[in-house]
Amino acid sequence: MTKREAMTLVGLVTLLCVVFLLSLVLGSTAISLHRVLMALLGTPSDGTSAIVVRTIRLPRSVTAMLAGASLGIAGLQMQTLFRNPLADPFALGISSGASLGVALVVLSSGYGAAAAFGSATGIRGDALITAAAIVGAALVLGLVLIVSSRIVNPTTVLILGLMFGYAVSAVVTVLVGASQPERLAQWAQWGFGSFSGVTWQRLQLFGPLTFFGVLIAAATTKQLNALLLGESYARSMGLAVRRARLLTMLSASVLGAVVTAFCGPISFLGIAVPHVCRGLLSTSDHRVLVPAVVLMGSAGALFAEIVSLLPGSAGVLPLNAVTSLMGAPVVVAVLLRSRRGVVVG
Amino acid sequence: MTAALRTRDLAVGYRTRRTRRAVLEHVNLAVHPGELVCLLGPNGIGKSTLLRTLARMQPALWGSVHLGGSDLRSITNIELARCLGVVLTERVAVEALSVRRLVELGRYPHSGWFRRITDSDRTAVEWAIDAVGARHLAERDFSRLSDGERQRVMIGRALAQEPVLLILDEPTAFLDVPSRVELIGLLRRLTRERPLAVVVSTHDLELALRTADVVWLFMPGGELVTGAPEDVVLAGNLARAFEGRQIRFHPEERSFRLVTGDRGEAVVHGAGLRARLAAAVLEREGYAVTNATAADGLVVHARETGWRVTNDHTERSGADFASLAAFLRGRRTAS
Repeated sequence: MTKREAMTLVGLVTLLCVVFLLSLVLGSTAISLHRVLMALLGTPSDGTSAIVVRTIRLPRSVTAMLAGASLGIAGLQMQTLFRNPLADPFALGISSGASLGVALVVLSSGYGAAAAFGSATGIRGDALITAAAIVGAALVLGLVLIVSSRIVNPTTVLILGLMFGYAVSAVVTVLVGASQPERLAQWAQWGFGSFSGVTWQRLQLFGPLTFFGVLIAAATTKQLNALLLGESYARSMGLAVRRARLLTMLSASVLGAVVTAFCGPISFLGIAVPHVCRGLLSTSDHRVLVPAVVLMGSAGALFAEIVSLLPGSAGVLPLNAVTSLMGAPVVVAVLLRSRRGVVVG
Repeated sequence: MTAALRTRDLAVGYRTRRTRRAVLEHVNLAVHPGELVCLLGPNGIGKSTLLRTLARMQPALWGSVHLGGSDLRSITNIELARCLGVVLTERVAVEALSVRRLVELGRYPHSGWFRRITDSDRTAVEWAIDAVGARHLAERDFSRLSDGERQRVMIGRALAQEPVLLILDEPTAFLDVPSRVELIGLLRRLTRERPLAVVVSTHDLELALRTADVVWLFMPGGELVTGAPEDVVLAGNLARAFEGRQIRFHPEERSFRLVTGDRGEAVVHGAGLRARLAAAVLEREGYAVTNATAADGLVVHARETGWRVTNDHTERSGADFASLAAFLRGRRTAS
């Protein structure tokens, strides 16, 4: 690791700490840093602010960090695997699958029955939505993986995923067109994306899932590096390419699906974060990129969350809109700065 | 001597669900350590197919390939990568990676799951960088190198695998002429300095004939002729391999020329470079240059002061070859 890379990583750790504390301090009402620290350290103190920090802001921030790191890592994996700068965790139609699941639950006439079933069995509405998103994403992912295992060319797999996504989105549009206005509101709410819905209880599932996904990526940096030169070269250097491809697609897609299920479709973090890290570090070496992307993804998601909460006001911006508005210019800037404009796949 | 590579009754080609289409059959080849083998032949005849089969990037139709004594079908990916390095035609598009780290990727088959770089890895990487003369490029970004430098680095990466055999599929395809000569020269040097065998396909026929220890020549009709370049030339195989085109192989010069001579014969008097260049001008203008004095041929004198033509009942002269060429073209329009 060069000195520049070490310095950049240290810088990112510092940035993450600052943004993390900021996300606890800022909100509809600001809580002083002193009180935040006291609440974090468990000092018995002023009741309300400690409760707000511990039960609302802390799980929200932890969720944001896990989601940001997951999306960044998944984006990095997909960009390397497909050697395409526009690949992201949802390139294989994952988010479309999740939306289909949610749309079926929220929009279809069966929702009333499902809700009744849910309340009878003690599953709350948002948990049902999460389950639906996971099932939808898993179905699409399974279909893409089965078909793609017969395909040699990675670009074909990518196009296949896009086509799957379009087809599934079309079905969702049909459902949206046929549904009643009050259900559309709930559907739109999910589409906005949010880190706030994940409570401590749901973090018990969300945390380990994303953690292990990121761990897989961290454990396969060597394989990802070998893939930098393309699959032919990777194979010639001893990589079991098909297995590596399957593992990478699987872990990236599961990360994307889990985040989408719990937080809604969050766009652009997955594309933008790896680009920013490559730009900062001037390297494609995954041994450095993976930790950088984890740090930068967490910080980016926290920052987007802070912005979306419009500190000091009662209003809230859709998280998805914030990440898009932040991410799109970043991707454009990175692509314009790079010499060739677009990396040739 | 044990062969680095040996094939037994190998057939290469493509298989679809029902059929097998062989482009080459009954191939028995051997490559020994320290040999530079150049694979020659027209485009589309199956050079890449053969190389890909030798490198196990596609399966053999029949027969077997043995690498360092073991059958290709019986070894793992990692074992293969420790014996065989590959450089392909395709241009590598990788953003932001230093030359040293790219060469380090070649250590993949030697390092553990977590790619912890050991001292022996470092030694191998530095050695490979030196071997391809890329010391001054080590810290540079690979994507900013010239095409020739990139291919050198890609060879360095293959060398870092510490293979016994290097297979290169048209590594000179995108290079300018000096880089091509340098690259083939580098491969030749590598085979001389260590017991490394190199198989390289190329379209640079004349360069290959001058440099290779052995040539494998694809003949039309799916036959593979092998041997020292001079033996292949002597047997007339090169002329046969590329016959039926508008070019002719000249064995003495081991080079191809356009088929000319439609304007009659010409004789050049004189010696040294000037005489040879005058002959080149005549050939380009469509004359067959002969040694004997032809009865009705053109006689060109090449001298220090310029050229002089003494035929056609006239005498013409000039100072440079441009005027000679202009004169010859003038004769064409006149006749």
